Amino acid sequence: MTELTTQKDNALAAIAAASTLDALDEQRVDALGKKGWISLALKSLGQMHPDERQQAAPAIQAVRAEVADAIEAKRAALEEEALAVQLAKERLDLTLPAPDAPRGTVHPVSQVMDELAEIFADLGFAVATGPEIEDDWHNFTALNMDESHPARAMHDTFYFPESDNTQDGHRMLLRTHTSPVQIRSMKEQGAPIRIIAPGRVYRSDSDATHTPMFHQVEGLVIDRDIHLGHLKWTLETFLKAFFERDDIVLRLRPSYFPFTEPSVEVDVGYAKENGRRVVGGSGDDPGHDWMELLGSGMVNRRVIEFAGLDADQWQGFAFGVGVDRLAMLKYGMDDLRAFFDGDVRWLQHYGFSPFDQPTLSAGVGARP
Amino acid sequence: MKFSLEWLKHFLDTQASAAEIAAALNAIGLEVEGVEDPAEKLAGFRVAKVLTAAPHPDADKLQVLSVDTGEGDPLQVVCGAPNARAGMKGVLGLPGAVVPSNGMELRKSAIRGVESNGMMCSTRELELGDDHDGIIELPDDAPIGSSFADYSDSSPIFDVAITPNRPDCMGVDGIARDLAAAGLGTYTPHPAPDVAASYPCPIEIRTDDPEGCPAFYGRVICGVSNGASPEWMQQRLIAAGQRPISALVDITNYVMLAFGRPAHVYDLTKLKGAVVARRAKDGEQVLALNEKTYTLDSSTTVIADDAGVHDIAGIMGGEDSGVSEGTKDVLLEIAYFDPASIGVTGRKLGLASDARTRFERGVDPAFLDDGLAILSQLILTICGGEASEVVRAGAAPGVPKVVAFDPAFTAQLGGVDVPADEQRRILESLDFSVGDDWRVTCPLRRHDIEGPADLVEEVVRIYGLDRVESVALPRVDGVALPTATPQQVLERKMRRAAAAAGLNEAITWSFISEKEAAQVGGGHWVLDNPISEDLKVMRPSLLPGLLSATRRNLDRGAQSVRLFEIGRRYLAGGEHPTLVCVLAGERTLRSWQSGKAQGFDAFDAKSLCTSLLEASGAPVGNLMVMPADDGDSAQVYHPGQSATLRLGPKNVLASFGMVHPTTLKAFDIDVPVAVLGIHLDAIPQKKAAAGFARASYSPPALQSVTRDFAFLVPTDLAAGDLLRTVKGADKKNIVDVRLFDVFVGQGVPEGQKSLALEVTLQPQDASYKDADLKAISDVVVAAATKLGAQLRG
Repeated sequence: MTELTTQKDNALAAIAAASTLDALDEQRVDALGKKGWISLALKSLGQMHPDERQQAAPAIQAVRAEVADAIEAKRAALEEEALAVQLAKERLDLTLPAPDAPRGTVHPVSQVMDELAEIFADLGFAVATGPEIEDDWHNFTALNMDESHPARAMHDTFYFPESDNTQDGHRMLLRTHTSPVQIRSMKEQGAPIRIIAPGRVYRSDSDATHTPMFHQVEGLVIDRDIHLGHLKWTLETFLKAFFERDDIVLRLRPSYFPFTEPSVEVDVGYAKENGRRVVGGSGDDPGHDWMELLGSGMVNRRVIEFAGLDADQWQGFAFGVGVDRLAMLKYGMDDLRAFFDGDVRWLQHYGFSPFDQPTLSAGVGARP
Repeated sequence: MKFSLEWLKHFLDTQASAAEIAAALNAIGLEVEGVEDPAEKLAGFRVAKVLTAAPHPDADKLQVLSVDTGEGDPLQVVCGAPNARAGMKGVLGLPGAVVPSNGMELRKSAIRGVESNGMMCSTRELELGDDHDGIIELPDDAPIGSSFADYSDSSPIFDVAITPNRPDCMGVDGIARDLAAAGLGTYTPHPAPDVAASYPCPIEIRTDDPEGCPAFYGRVICGVSNGASPEWMQQRLIAAGQRPISALVDITNYVMLAFGRPAHVYDLTKLKGAVVARRAKDGEQVLALNEKTYTLDSSTTVIADDAGVHDIAGIMGGEDSGVSEGTKDVLLEIAYFDPASIGVTGRKLGLASDARTRFERGVDPAFLDDGLAILSQLILTICGGEASEVVRAGAAPGVPKVVAFDPAFTAQLGGVDVPADEQRRILESLDFSVGDDWRVTCPLRRHDIEGPADLVEEVVRIYGLDRVESVALPRVDGVALPTATPQQVLERKMRRAAAAAGLNEAITWSFISEKEAAQVGGGHWVLDNPISEDLKVMRPSLLPGLLSATRRNLDRGAQSVRLFEIGRRYLAGGEHPTLVCVLAGERTLRSWQSGKAQGFDAFDAKSLCTSLLEASGAPVGNLMVMPADDGDSAQVYHPGQSATLRLGPKNVLASFGMVHPTTLKAFDIDVPVAVLGIHLDAIPQKKAAAGFARASYSPPALQSVTRDFAFLVPTDLAAGDLLRTVKGADKKNIVDVRLFDVFVGQGVPEGQKSLALEVTLQPQDASYKDADLKAISDVVVAAATKLGAQLRG
């Protein structure tokens, strides 16, 4: 059996010396292949006398196992080595720039409209819309602004030629406010009703703080026992939720709008911080002042009648506020004209991630 | 309107400070736009006495004064006023003071080599009047060294915005009445004086237009002298922003601003025959006081005599019959004009005036006689003369409105409990008369009161809007329903899907120029009075606005621009919500990985379009790709690189492709631009199905199998046709077909191309056997053959 031992020692040495998988495989074939010395040794067992076999077999099996294990161990070591070499070769400079995914944004006006929809949904207001190309009945007459009302003056309103008049002879125009949606909604849905109506409106006016197109949101509540106190609460609740601060203080001043009676103009207190108006606190506090924010009032009974409802049964309030203005006050833009320029730099800066969908649970305002 | 505290106190006995009054004005609905305290402007100016005056050594017209300022040594001041002399008292501006008229800060300086330590001021320099002929001369008893603001008792000036429903507050008198009701003092009425009339009115006055001019009262005053108005009147007018002109003009302005009552004074000698209120003849002209000529028509009420029109009634007097310095005899006119007609005429002529503002909103119909008496008395006192009797033609509306009021309505509408007797007190202090049965008679001047809601407003605004408590809106019971419409939900989804795809949402003007509109087939809605030619046509497509924005971005150096907008297209038949995306310039910038920059192509637009439609819930698999061969927007596309996606042959959901080079040129863009447009109102709304939101499903248990086919097809065969045909060849087994190669060249005959498809088969109940697969293959090849396709060997 010394021959087998010698062969084993030689083989183990050769296995240990194998530097490649090919060289290792040669050793495998040499020992364990069909004609390998271990295979031949195993075959020789058949010709042995059973007694002899009983003695030789375990020794041969032991050698076989020892050599096979050595080959396997060496193979693993060689493979590991090869992998290490491969990995080292595959090393990348990951400080190189990866392809940029373009970053899309949602316009602040859209974002604010979504915020408003969310806040008012919680108060039970649906979102209504109406045409921007309106007739003067819905835009003026039904809102208690008859032909001679000063607000109808040419300098305020964009008109279309008389050839575009409706069949009943109403002049077509660009709606000057979202208020005609009040009329359309009341006519379509009747009462009780709670809606907000955001959208584009148009005035023939252009300077640093006015653009001929801007956005408004209208609010309307018609029910049986709605009064000025409900209006005040609704505006306070809405503005606190929108600006996400509890210290919003409103100042209500009597005013005049043909479509409301009584009419109330609403100022909000603000502080001047680093040249910016920051909404919050009473306008009478030191370092604070008031700014006009929105117009509102109890819907004039004539408007309710124009909308086809019984004004002895139904009453309610309406308000209108500039959406662009709300966006500016909340998010700090200072130039209204930039809203409509489509400057990608501005949109990237002031726009919102598509995943900042305002929700009540996550908060209606986008986080920094 | 502006008025000084001093003037207000003429009508209101009050101890309140300017700040308290301003707060009260805001609280009762007379919005304070500003309170100006002239004392602030006059800081640094003090009463001083000229001790000596000597000629300037180097200038003929200048003098060197020594001025006593009340403290320390006298100051040396150089002065050019001819009236500066030793012994006089005047107003000295010290270094640091800012001259109100020009904003200049005074400094110690040398004038022609002589040191000057301040300035002796004229009336105009201190904005106290127009006089600039010399420096202000103060009486001898003016205390030297005292602040000139204190000495002159300058009065704060309020600037209030009067809402159009309150013409009764377009005079100081009305404002005082409101303030008194709010507890700011006691209203001081100024009863009309008795005017001695010594002769019958020598001129005929009548109204031939009782509709436009229901009442026309007048009287003549002979022998007036029209000099300057008195100091007190000038000061009030200046405070109100009116320039003093002459006594007669100032007096009418004074009555207008004090009582909200416009009136007119004619030079009697310039009138011929009867003075009549009538309708203008069509084409009749008048030269108005603003020195412009207006052509009138028969809708306009005018005041005319035998010679022609002298006055656009209630709006502006005529140049020809206006008073001048030499006027001796005058006719006073106080009339009541129909508010609506004044508005119509004013708008038609584009002519604004203080008189129009008041007449258009409605002056007090009960204030003709009193107004005329006040006007007459002021003229007689200031200008002298003798008054005739009053002629009254017609009568102003005199029936007061009576409103049946229930004081409980104040709480119902106004949300605040105001005790009934407090409501009565408020209404009465505003000159309403309240019956025991709560029938409320309105003063004639309150044209704005229509019904109980208006009385609630009166009560609440005086009682205090701040006393209205917030009351929560009742919550609607039950599960909250969605408040957005399906269309709104769709728009929100699309907006965020487009932004998530890397596009920036823009908002562009709804109106575009005619030239831009022509690029997209022209717009139906063209504004009559656009603010500029660039903003004239309601956009029939969102593309022009976005292309213009794209150009601006490219001009600023952007290499790629990805913009989208969700907004309306305005077509003859209505407004259509639309999503348009623009991909301009480089899709991939040059990079170390991919080498050269790559521009956007039509497939970028197609891919984005399809994924957005997918997000919208549109049945993307059923859409047909058809050429953009009709519709106004077709012309903006590259004819060979654009298509529409349709649900059925007529219903275009979307279009996409490359912009036509001609369109790009028109918008001055020199990079390729891929665009897509989705008609948001064409996307079918899914009907809410009964049961669960998803149909039931379990993934198939058996493995799917893929088979590749390569077909030779005619070059002009649309790949989509082959795909659709193969997909439809065996609907039971074929679940997907993917085209993975298009090849033209070696091995492919001329006029043909090779299309390679990977077909995915899904066995249902049992795994496929060879025969099954062979059968399916045969069906696929047979279907393809019908399109002229030939299986490649």
